[in-house]
Amino acid sequence: MSEKVGVYICHCGSNIAGTVDVVELAKFAGELPGVTVSREYKFMCSSLGQELVAEDIQKQGLTRVVVGACSPHLHEKTFRRACATAGLNPYLMQMASLREQVSWVTEDKALALDKAKAMISGAVRRVQLQEELEPTPVPVNPNTLVVGGGVAGIQAALELADAGYPVFMVEREPSIGGHMAQFDKTFPTLDCSACILTPKMSDVGTHDKITLLSYAEVEEVTGFVGNFHVRIRKRARGVDEKDCTGCGICIEKCPRKVVDEVFEAGMGYRKAIYRPFPQAVPKFPVIDRANCTFYERGTCKACEKFCPTNAIRFDQEDTFLDLDVGNIILATGWDLFDARRLSQFGYGRLANVFTNLEFERLCNAAGPTDGKIVLRDGVTEPKSIALVHCVGSRDKTTNPQCSAVCCMAALKFGHLVMEKTQAEVTSFYIDIRAPHKNYEEFYDRLQDEGMHFVRGRVAEVTDAARRPEEEGKLIVQVEDTLVGKQRRLPFDMVVLMSGLQPRADAKEVGLRFGISCSMDGWFTERHPKLDPVATMTDGIFIAGVCQGPKDIPDSVAQGAAAASRIQGMIARGTVMIEPVVATIHEEHCSGCRICNNLCPFNAIEFLADKGVSYINAALCKGCGTCVAACPAQAISGAHFNNQQINAEIEGLLYDAVRGNGGAPKPVAVPA
Amino acid sequence: MKYSYFPGCSLEKNAASYDVSTRAVASRLGMQFTEIEDWNCCGATEYVSLNLTAAYSLIARNLAQATKNTGLDQVVAPCSACYLNLRKADKVLGQDARLADRVGKALAAGGLSYKPGSLHIRHLLDVLYQDIGLDALGAAVTKPLTGLRIAPYYGCMIVRPSFHNGGEDPEYPISLDKILKALGAEVVDYPMKAHCCGGHMTQISEATGFEMIRRLIKGADDYQTDVIATICPMCQLNLDGFQGAMNRHFSTNYHIPVLYFTQLIGLAMGMAPKAVGIGDEIVSAAKALTKIGTAVEPEPAGPARRKKDDKSLPMPSRGGGVA
Amino acid sequence: MSDERFEPKIIAFLCNWCSYRAADLAGTARMKYQPNIRTIRVMCSGRVDPSFVLKAFSLGADGVMIAGCHPGECHYLEQNYKAMRRYEMLRHTLLAMGMEDHRLRLQWASAAEGTVLSAAINEMIEQVRALGPLNWPGFWSENGGHQAAIERLPHEHAEALEVSA
Repeated sequence: MSEKVGVYICHCGSNIAGTVDVVELAKFAGELPGVTVSREYKFMCSSLGQELVAEDIQKQGLTRVVVGACSPHLHEKTFRRACATAGLNPYLMQMASLREQVSWVTEDKALALDKAKAMISGAVRRVQLQEELEPTPVPVNPNTLVVGGGVAGIQAALELADAGYPVFMVEREPSIGGHMAQFDKTFPTLDCSACILTPKMSDVGTHDKITLLSYAEVEEVTGFVGNFHVRIRKRARGVDEKDCTGCGICIEKCPRKVVDEVFEAGMGYRKAIYRPFPQAVPKFPVIDRANCTFYERGTCKACEKFCPTNAIRFDQEDTFLDLDVGNIILATGWDLFDARRLSQFGYGRLANVFTNLEFERLCNAAGPTDGKIVLRDGVTEPKSIALVHCVGSRDKTTNPQCSAVCCMAALKFGHLVMEKTQAEVTSFYIDIRAPHKNYEEFYDRLQDEGMHFVRGRVAEVTDAARRPEEEGKLIVQVEDTLVGKQRRLPFDMVVLMSGLQPRADAKEVGLRFGISCSMDGWFTERHPKLDPVATMTDGIFIAGVCQGPKDIPDSVAQGAAAASRIQGMIARGTVMIEPVVATIHEEHCSGCRICNNLCPFNAIEFLADKGVSYINAALCKGCGTCVAACPAQAISGAHFNNQQINAEIEGLLYDAVRGNGGAPKPVAVPA
Repeated sequence: MKYSYFPGCSLEKNAASYDVSTRAVASRLGMQFTEIEDWNCCGATEYVSLNLTAAYSLIARNLAQATKNTGLDQVVAPCSACYLNLRKADKVLGQDARLADRVGKALAAGGLSYKPGSLHIRHLLDVLYQDIGLDALGAAVTKPLTGLRIAPYYGCMIVRPSFHNGGEDPEYPISLDKILKALGAEVVDYPMKAHCCGGHMTQISEATGFEMIRRLIKGADDYQTDVIATICPMCQLNLDGFQGAMNRHFSTNYHIPVLYFTQLIGLAMGMAPKAVGIGDEIVSAAKALTKIGTAVEPEPAGPARRKKDDKSLPMPSRGGGVA
Repeated sequence: MSDERFEPKIIAFLCNWCSYRAADLAGTARMKYQPNIRTIRVMCSGRVDPSFVLKAFSLGADGVMIAGCHPGECHYLEQNYKAMRRYEMLRHTLLAMGMEDHRLRLQWASAAEGTVLSAAINEMIEQVRALGPLNWPGFWSENGGHQAAIERLPHEHAEALEVSA
């Protein structure tokens, strides 16, 4: 059975025609086996050009179409649509790139024509072996899983829930709120962070469409877009959530005090049974078994004794929950750069060197000092404070990226210091990054308020005094680049603006969901400019700092964006799975399982009862690696199968003389 | 454990106590040091800025001589400058083919040759820390330095990052701290531990040199240091030899002895102070060492120096027949 | 086209996401390279079956290039590592069977590296030009023939299995 191929050579104005003799090329194509019609036209992508194709399909009964024009990355969709409109399956069309890969890169016109002939010849042979393909519709489960209860996750969850769709939020810590709950004020408005966040947290906690699973982790994810199965581990709080009223008596009565390394950033204390902060959502406390007297020695039980509703359960165990969701949003946030890695700043050694997160807790009225800015002794008020920018950021030896928020946070700290104390405050910066709305004005304001600025990277923070006025102080050694001198400036307190870095387990978490991290550890978005919240895995979205350092407005916007994308999919009800997938032919499969471990999307499974492997078409991304690996060629890759590619190779080499000098010679069989 | 040993010029003279204590400690720990035959000066710090070929030929000659110790590919240098020069030469000759070619010709003229990368050049501190290890050192301690506050001073040469010195943090090295702790001493968290001593600044600009020394001594004094432990003869010379001059320059009154870390190891191993060269130092360690119950015999006083405005006439010498 | 100069024919397999886009970029930037290369678009370098390479050589190609995303940047996460493994084995097998080195080339090029790809193409064309037309049976018999090829095979495969830097 022979096909009727229509070949269309585009001039693309003079972009192709200026170098390649398009008339000659069309003539050459017209003489190729299988070609019924061969035309050349000025602009194939125009509506007239597309109509040309449509007319020929209908009037000439074309069964295949080849368009020699620009790169398929530009107009493959266009010509596929043109064919579909005319009644020809869109996968029966093949493009040859005559512009980007021939006319634009070749100088000699004769050589360009030769190459173009070969490219057309390859396309013509290939297209005749192409098959009709249909995308598969797959239903979308309206449930969504949001992983991470920081501001990005909270925003996403609320948008979906307010639209009427069920949301499951999983948060690792005992309460949602993330890092934003730790801050004092937010720049540039100086809104109290908790004041703007807690209403949203409360909404999440009380929303009838949101199921909040706190102190929980996602253990396993299987499935594909629209149809994910998730296994969640709910860790044992030691408190029965049905009976607990959140009165907090257990916390009051608990005799064990521990340094709170998480919420208080190591600056304050909490009890062994605790809530991270007073406005925690949910309100249920958690028993820190590693530091609880009962789990150590079997005694105490003060919390149980005093609980008015008998809600303490020492023997509670982790439970597991299996959920079906249609889409997943990862909003897992960030870790703070460990300033101990830069020993020249003395963090951990010199008492009055603090990190930015520690300083937030100092400033916070609900913090360990009730909002008083004091030195490590807990009493003395500093008279001079240094803010060191870019600690761990913009540094090839630690993290090369800029952390986006620290300059603004430093300005904020400057304001808070001047508002609460009489101290002088100085920023040591490389650049002041104030890109967004009202940020530059905030910088102006701080300059007017009397904050000092020294442009230079701090070389060292030391207590080794050289002169009497340095005694008992922390000395910041810096090259003041605007003045052109080395300076040593004494301070009572130094705050290091430690950078943002990916969570320590980001790679692991990413793999669990089937997405990857870039070289620097942030989750990889589908396109850094045009698609920052989607990932390469359909149905998995990312939002907030886990995608890259950003401030609160951007995190909120990304959370909303991810929610919006999902709402669109849920509203449509189905999602189309591309038909460019691999299929295993059972009859040819010997069950060798070589293909099983080749798929990073876990699309291939082994059916033990049948003794063959099987590809889940919804999970398959169409890379073709398994197709190439199968020793029995039992796997075929739709639209890129062996016959099609071999035909393309043949076509490309139509003018080649066989390397062994002509017709094949008989081969002597070795003895 | 066998090593080629490169003492360097300083260890022959002004740092003789470093050499003596190093050999004593090495022998006690079962290390075998084979001195490199006919070694020459490493060129210290100046030569490289004057004439690359000559400088590196001078250094490489030592490396070539070291290869004559068959079967020994580890070279240990107690002096930081010698260590750095030997390491640098090995590295640079491996990277710069043209220089390696010229140096090769120079060596060949003396019937010698050296293939870059064929020797492992180590500082004595690194060898004791990595090869001997803290456990073995601790086990050899019989008279722990309890109660002695020691500031570990690394100097700047050993922490140069491009030489990857055993993975130490160039801003905050800890190997010497740990060794001193293993000897039972109270180790001072010395903020100036990797800061430069000034090298030979005292010869170029006295005031600058003295200021750099003052900062280091003051830093140690602020932390109530009894003894500063050094790993480099230049550092030791600056901090010890010029401490008095520095005091006079600034009208300060510091008195902090500066010993080589191997002397302290030797004392902790129960060796007699004399056996490890205690008493050679200019700022006497006698008082500090009483803290650990070590009595140092006072040096017999030399002939009294004549005062400038002393108009008295000299006494005849005491030769021939006088009781 | 001069009659004296040998013009090689090279087939290149370009992966849709990185190297094909790199070729597109070379085009958009009007970077000129020699026309001796004819490209085939596949979704991923992992799709390239060694039999395609052999088919191309048997049909008259003098050289074959396989191009993909840099390791760690594969659109399908890690499939270019599989392409890399296959390439190593294939290369050593071809060497053992008497084909000259440099006729098969693995080239990484990200979507932004139009210059890298066009430079690699030009370089490969010159290398293959210097080798001359593929004359497999002739080259084989000149270089010890069938028995020598069989003896070389385990050696080449052992080398292929060594992890390269």
